Amino acid sequence: MNRVFKKILPGTMLGLGIMFWGASAQAYKVFVSNEKDNTISVIDSDSFKVIKTVEVGQRPRGIILSKDKRYLYICASDDDHVEVMDTETYKIIDTLPSGPDPELFILHPDGVRLYIANEDDNMVTVVNVNTGQVLVEIPVGVEPEGMAVSPDGKTIVNTSETTNMAHFIDTETLEITDNVLVDSRPRFAEYTDDGKFIWVSSEVGGTVSVISNKTRKVVRKITFHVPGVRNEALQPVGVRVTHDLKTAFIALGPANRVAVVDTQTFEVKKYLLVGQRVWQLAFDAEEKYLYTSNGVSNDISVIDVEDLKVIKSIAVGRYPWGLAIK
Amino acid sequence: MKKIIVLVLSGILFSGVNSCWAVKKKQTPEQVKIVYLTLLEKSRPKLSNLDLPIVNEGIQGGEIGIRDTNGTGRFMNQEFSLQTIKIPYNGDVIGTFRKLQKEGIQLFILNIPSRKLLELADLPEAKESLLFNVGATADRLRYQDCRTNILHILPSAAMQADALAQFLISKRWKKWFLVIGRREEDRLYAAAMRRAAKRFGGKIVAEKIWEYGPDARRTAQAEVPVFTQSVDYDVLLVADVIGEFGEYLMYRTWEPKVIAGTQGLVPTSWHRTHEQWGAVQMQSRFLKTYGRMMTPLDYSVWSAVRAIGEGATRTRSVKFRNIRNYIQGEKFVLAAYKGQKLTFRKWNGQLRQPILLTAARALVSVSPQRQFLHQFSQMDTLGYDRPEVKCEMQ
Repeated sequence: MNRVFKKILPGTMLGLGIMFWGASAQAYKVFVSNEKDNTISVIDSDSFKVIKTVEVGQRPRGIILSKDKRYLYICASDDDHVEVMDTETYKIIDTLPSGPDPELFILHPDGVRLYIANEDDNMVTVVNVNTGQVLVEIPVGVEPEGMAVSPDGKTIVNTSETTNMAHFIDTETLEITDNVLVDSRPRFAEYTDDGKFIWVSSEVGGTVSVISNKTRKVVRKITFHVPGVRNEALQPVGVRVTHDLKTAFIALGPANRVAVVDTQTFEVKKYLLVGQRVWQLAFDAEEKYLYTSNGVSNDISVIDVEDLKVIKSIAVGRYPWGLAIK
Repeated sequence: MKKIIVLVLSGILFSGVNSCWAVKKKQTPEQVKIVYLTLLEKSRPKLSNLDLPIVNEGIQGGEIGIRDTNGTGRFMNQEFSLQTIKIPYNGDVIGTFRKLQKEGIQLFILNIPSRKLLELADLPEAKESLLFNVGATADRLRYQDCRTNILHILPSAAMQADALAQFLISKRWKKWFLVIGRREEDRLYAAAMRRAAKRFGGKIVAEKIWEYGPDARRTAQAEVPVFTQSVDYDVLLVADVIGEFGEYLMYRTWEPKVIAGTQGLVPTSWHRTHEQWGAVQMQSRFLKTYGRMMTPLDYSVWSAVRAIGEGATRTRSVKFRNIRNYIQGEKFVLAAYKGQKLTFRKWNGQLRQPILLTAARALVSVSPQRQFLHQFSQMDTLGYDRPEVKCEMQ
């Protein structure tokens, strides 16, 4: 508690948190990391315009908000650390150790433990965000990337791109309990809100595996087909499942589409045309809009979740990568 | 052979006991043994002081491939190992192969010339082997002399030429002046360029053999202007595989022209400028480990090891037949930092792959170019396509 949080009294912090939360019930901010620009773009949800561009460390990729949404954690991959940005002042107020080449990370529901995938080092590094201490390093497969945490906080799932596996890590014992083989180059993992399933996308394999948390087996594999788009271009990356568990959205990379999947039938209902090489996805708090980062066209697409229509594209920096919504 | 059988048997026993392969207890892992066999070349003339000699080219690509593959193997109770055999340029490839065969090796990664490769593939004892070609670019192996036990990891000369041709045509630089070196491999490269011209609508307006000797460093400024005078062309295409003169054409032509081929804008499977699609991870992993950049040969050996790894991982077996059938089957997919899945052409065993077009310090483009369409796979616009192939693999 003596690094970031020392600067503000916990009580005040809580008050501020509530105040900001209240103020942002309608208008909110979308943070976008621009991998090649070394910046974070801040988008205002009312105007869909970039209101601020913040210079950060080298090669920012994964970004995530603190539990109270006061701070944005940024994987500065080429600086080998995580930066902490104040989401009101846009100042980098601290850095956290991360292990080499941090790419993606996930914050434990306790708001304290940050699980970081070290892509160059075949490790998952666990950091206490309050003390800035590395708690442990867990060896995993080659080129770890995707990170997911179960809603009960008991399990972390990490995917490793070259090992082609989803590793299940017990957050108490810090041991790998299960290794589930999926198709080539797994990029992203997402727990459903009920904690029952994990969706893992395989970029080169071109599939999304749905893994049961109970049996730790692949129960369903989703494939894609878009008329006029060559098979090799269908490369699933980012995945988000709605809170009501009914619909999943899957970013299809260079196919420039987001697939909308019915989670009951596992059928693709619709393909939405977005920007080029769509990477990551993020819902706003009410799930009214889904934002997509498009790595080649350097913009963000906004999808109306109810109408399933793309309503806006917003130009940001070069190679927009991660998304976080306050 | 006996050793392998024992290991396989014990593997089956183990997997019977532990049918859930989430390995929790330590067991003796099942072994997959691979041999990388490389025929050393006669030493070449030293033509540049810039490139430090690489001692373990290819070998280190294989080593890192083993490390990556054991990343998966460790969780699946499989262990992969690579034995490297260097044979002197006049050494006995066939004898060495036979000896290794007797020891039970069936998976070979071969960096040997095409003639030797065929000789080896046709041995009766090679029938139950899988040979991964990482050294021979000859197109003949892909359209006429195909073998069911050979898989070509590296792109053929035609694939490279087609990749470059597509780019030049898309730029509408259609008039090509072909300069050919004095060596056999230069002639093969030139032949592939001629074929590519015909295929994509390029026109070879002039063809000349470079006859000014093997090292152009001190003489190029005087010779190249005269050599390239009074020809109306867009691109000077060079076929100089070992780099005797190609580097010295640039900036010295009579008119200001683009240079491409073995020098200038170069088609290749791997290059230090490549950083897309996760390649940056591979590059930095390699550099950190060996203190040098990965070369196309390293990349080919790495890919071959990874292909074998896929065969063992996906079938959850270390049996040769299972690995081979998987690699040659419909489901095989290789992730190799090219932005899409790589697969084998069933009709000649060639690995489909995008080809990089690169300058010395910047990647220029990646072929196939999008405007060249194909009814099955766009990657099949590069190299010999099914209707052009005379051999039958099945």
